Amino acid sequence: MTIYSVVAIPLESYRQWNNPNFWIDLPKSAAPAWTNAFGARAPEHIVMHSPSAQVAESGDGGVRTVTHSYTVRFNYDQYPADFMLLYSARYGSTQPALQVDVVRPDGKEFRVYFASLPPSQGGQNVFSSRVFSTDRAIAESLRGDTGAFSYPQDPARPHVMIFSDATQSKVLKGTYVFRETFYLFDPADSVEDSGVILGGKVYGVMGTDELRRDLATGILWAAPVALFIGLTVSIVSILIGLVYGVVAGYKGRRTDEGLMRINDIFYSLPTLPLLVILSVTVGRSIFLITGFLVIFGWVGMAKISRSLALQIKNLQYVEAAKLMGQSDVRIIFRHIIPQLLPLTFASIAIAVPSAILGEAALSFLGLGDPSIPTWGQILHDANSAGAAVRGLWWWIVPPGLMIAITGLAFALVGNALDAIVNPRSKKV
Amino acid sequence: MGGFYRFVLVRSINTLVVLFATLVLTIALLGPTMDRILLDGIKFYVVEEINLRELKFDNAQERQQFIDERVEQQVKTIGLDEPWYSPKRFFNTVLRVMVLDLGKSNFLTSESGSSNVRDIILEKVPKTVLLFTTSTLVVTVIGLYLGAFVANKAGSVWDRLNSAFAVFSGSFPTWWVGMLMIFAFAFAYHIFPARATPLTPPDDPAYALDLLYHMLLPLITIVLVGFGAWAYIVRYFVVGILGEDYIAAKRAAGIPERRIVYSHALKNAAPPIVTVVALSLAGSFGGAITVEAVFDWPGMGQLYYHAIGMFDIPVIIGLTYVSTVIFVITVFLTDIIYAYFDPRVKVA
Repeated sequence: MTIYSVVAIPLESYRQWNNPNFWIDLPKSAAPAWTNAFGARAPEHIVMHSPSAQVAESGDGGVRTVTHSYTVRFNYDQYPADFMLLYSARYGSTQPALQVDVVRPDGKEFRVYFASLPPSQGGQNVFSSRVFSTDRAIAESLRGDTGAFSYPQDPARPHVMIFSDATQSKVLKGTYVFRETFYLFDPADSVEDSGVILGGKVYGVMGTDELRRDLATGILWAAPVALFIGLTVSIVSILIGLVYGVVAGYKGRRTDEGLMRINDIFYSLPTLPLLVILSVTVGRSIFLITGFLVIFGWVGMAKISRSLALQIKNLQYVEAAKLMGQSDVRIIFRHIIPQLLPLTFASIAIAVPSAILGEAALSFLGLGDPSIPTWGQILHDANSAGAAVRGLWWWIVPPGLMIAITGLAFALVGNALDAIVNPRSKKV
Repeated sequence: MGGFYRFVLVRSINTLVVLFATLVLTIALLGPTMDRILLDGIKFYVVEEINLRELKFDNAQERQQFIDERVEQQVKTIGLDEPWYSPKRFFNTVLRVMVLDLGKSNFLTSESGSSNVRDIILEKVPKTVLLFTTSTLVVTVIGLYLGAFVANKAGSVWDRLNSAFAVFSGSFPTWWVGMLMIFAFAFAYHIFPARATPLTPPDDPAYALDLLYHMLLPLITIVLVGFGAWAYIVRYFVVGILGEDYIAAKRAAGIPERRIVYSHALKNAAPPIVTVVALSLAGSFGGAITVEAVFDWPGMGQLYYHAIGMFDIPVIIGLTYVSTVIFVITVFLTDIIYAYFDPRVKVA
């Protein structure tokens, strides 16, 4: 899956994770698309640009009109979440005007928007922008049409009003036509692009979050990050712990006493508060966080490997090596550590989940690397947006599940390895 | 008893060293930032003062000079002219924190409105202790009986289920399960409140009840995530003891199986279990940060979360110190109690 996400998802999307403009075309807090299989059909996200529009032009003296018509079949049981009207035009000192009308399936026609585009800044420029459905101008424009309904309608909620049945308060299904008409007053002016986005309530495989980000991208991209952190931290810290413990156990006496006191100190430090302080002050890059986790990760392994080294160093072959005059370093690395390698592999696998959980907890507290999406960070965003209370389950369940599954996989591999290299534990 | 006293002595020294090391580390890490914040505060204060007294200056240069002079004067008074690592200031800070004179917070205040860091923290300690001690107790009781139960049936379906559940729940982050619980019981079914901070004022007699009601959801979450691993640990110890000869002797003597498991075996497994209880209690205070942040439980963890968000450094230092003290003292007591029960430890 990691490989898939590295290969298949454009790098750009992950670099842009914290750039709201990149995600603006996506719907806000939309559920995964497959939820439509159950219950009422929620509107899907519809994005249309000028290639899918019917373009009509007419020159009328000095004024030219360019009309882009978008036809939408809207057969959903719920109103869209919102809509956006996109435009992009090239113009100079005379500002074109934009008029948007919608023709409904029941034949009624509403004037949605009519305004001149903002003044251009010096010369002939392409200006692109969008009108959100929450725009005041839309509400003003629709106010005159509230009489078309037999019941009160709120023009400040145009996404509801436009798609409502005229006689009862429910969705009017059928084919809608959005007509964007540009009035151009200069022969050099032209319409570059236009578009209509109907904000869906469902989107993609995993939905989107409050900032319109596609959660599938974030969750998939977080996988390699989590694996990197988990594996690096566990490998480095287990190796440090291994060498540290073996040196302490093999040297014995003063060295052992001193090293183990240091170990005791690390053992009694509260991990999470110190991790918090470190990332608050030193920095939050992913490499620094990896380093911090290593600082607290090696302690347990040092204890285990010390006690094992104490046994091994009294074995005859080690004594023999010592008598042959081999150096301590050589004995430790050539004779003792190879004996402990199987245990090391098992320990590495077992240590991965705690590293991933540690990083997730840090990110969850809002102290993760701000430039990279991680599962913890997605959950942090979800928590600060109150996703649980608002029922946005697709924002909470997948990232946490990914943390749990990744951790579980390594824990199971570790337990299996442990059972093989350490047959005594199988008995109990 | 000589060995025991020597052990206690070594442990006490170790404890003090740990406390000191944490403190030094914290201050060393936060010192520069704290100085900068203090300096900014003084500058702000001086400019404010000029505006307030409506002092007039002939030109901007003169005004700047006045500001610089005042700032320098204030800096000298507080001792900011020496860097934070100068021995005088460093030991002053260390000593002050050690006697819990934690100074004033930058932004956060206690419920009574005090900005004294000690007040803020001491107000939160009982809530954290209440939630996590209760949950540890519940987890322990469930874990003990479940563990003894499956130990007696080692290898059965129940045993395997329990082991699987232990591994499973061990990989779930508690705070994530917390979010799920809020979704399930506060959003989908309105059984529990989503925020764990009670709305009744603290002096209301109904406050205690309300607090308990708000405590239930975090409590259930912690217990749910915790008890599997617990039962697994207990099972490990009890299975070891059930294999001992004296248990076989008791069986031969015709003592009922139920009594052997729940009374004799559990009792003999007690010392290591007591240790793990205490350690997990101490450790859970650390995990409190995330859990309390999720549930908005008004304890130390939530305070920590807010302090990080607002970058209130005096509060962060104070909290780190207090939580280290709690953690280290628990570890220390556990070691002592364990050594007292199990004489073999003292030698090591």
